[in-house]
Amino acid sequence: MVEFRIDRHSGMAAYLQIVQQVQEALRLGILMEGDQLPTAARVARDTKLNPNTTLKAYRELEHQGLVEPRPGVGTFVSRAAAEQAKARPLADSPLRGELDDWMRRARVAGLEWGDVSALITAARAEHYP
Amino acid sequence: MTDAIEARGLGKRYGRKWAVRDCSFRLPAGRICGLVGPNGAGKSTLLGMATRLVQPTAGTLRLFGTPVSEPAVLAKSSFLAQDKPLFTRFTVAETLRMGQELNPGWDQALAERIVRAGNLSLDARIGTLSGGQRTRVAFALAFGKRPELLLLDEPMADLDPLARHEMAGLLMAEAAEQGTTVVMSSHMLNELETMCDYLVVVAGGRVRLAGEVDALLPAHSLVTGARSAEGVPPELARHTVIESHTTGRQFTALIRPEGRVGEDWRLSTPTMEEVLLGYLRTPDAPPLLTPSARVAEEGQSEGQREGLGRGEGAAA
Repeated sequence: MVEFRIDRHSGMAAYLQIVQQVQEALRLGILMEGDQLPTAARVARDTKLNPNTTLKAYRELEHQGLVEPRPGVGTFVSRAAAEQAKARPLADSPLRGELDDWMRRARVAGLEWGDVSALITAARAEHYP
Repeated sequence: MTDAIEARGLGKRYGRKWAVRDCSFRLPAGRICGLVGPNGAGKSTLLGMATRLVQPTAGTLRLFGTPVSEPAVLAKSSFLAQDKPLFTRFTVAETLRMGQELNPGWDQALAERIVRAGNLSLDARIGTLSGGQRTRVAFALAFGKRPELLLLDEPMADLDPLARHEMAGLLMAEAAEQGTTVVMSSHMLNELETMCDYLVVVAGGRVRLAGEVDALLPAHSLVTGARSAEGVPPELARHTVIESHTTGRQFTALIRPEGRVGEDWRLSTPTMEEVLLGYLRTPDAPPLLTPSARVAEEGQSEGQREGLGRGEGAAA
């Protein structure tokens, strides 16, 4: 089981925050095949989140093939999700190394935390509109 | 599907003053709806008419198809007033017993579960409970009736942060489990953002905004750009401008775009709070009701309702 944290100031839609946190939990191995996601009522109780928002997030995750609903029981992590997470461990990805290099160069070039953050936000907005 | 609420030309006049006037809107069943507006906007009068505490001067109001003029409508809803009136000398158990005696469809197990989840003793007297505990008992009473519609007037206003968090969670969870339609008036705009999936905004006794949050927010844009002259720049004037202001050379406006906005303007999606504040500051802004909130004119069929235009279909 996982617990979600809804950041009300992030500007990101709450349902997307849930989608992202499940994806992250899968990558980190916090969620594994067959694990149950908390019910919408449970999430509502813990985070005051509208239950329809949680259901919307779960539908999106289902659409991505990461979870499977079992009617009358709950929503569970699918086998495909577990395999996908194993096949693509983010921490060993070459992209992670490239980002490391980039950060080092940015620091040497005298960029501050805020500069780096602004560049990343701008680049992300461009590529993930 | 039947609507939980359907108001048609609804009005209430006190002496010469209309507290609510020409209100027409619908609320589909199963929604958690925020009722927002400044003090004196008519929120409590609307809730009062839905609970038969206030008699409408004009128009009709139906809950799940039953007009509020029929006493049978009382069985469909629970109302939690802001001051949560309970008998202070009753114990918690006696309060629930009262709920049982007064309501034919009473669910004692559900009411007890809500009370016990707060570590409340059934033998405690209401008068000895904290504000948060009292609210919990009031919620138990409201949900124990197994209403199809739960109406709440400022339910969290007088609670400390921890109790507010707990009660809001309880409200969301029970509404999810029982499938209750909820209408809650509130001034806590940032809390409404994650709790509500539907909004009805009233100001000056009229409905200004009604519909799915998912459709209402994307129908608006915040635009920022350089100010060219006094007033609203002509290239923005063809859109519906809700409110605007200038800071130095910067011009900012909350608009409902009708078609494309020029290249010179930076657009961003407003938060719910920004949209609500925009409408509350500009009571004469043109109202916006999404198709699911709109009431068909007499003699007009469902299909003839005018579309929302841009932003339509965003509702999930």
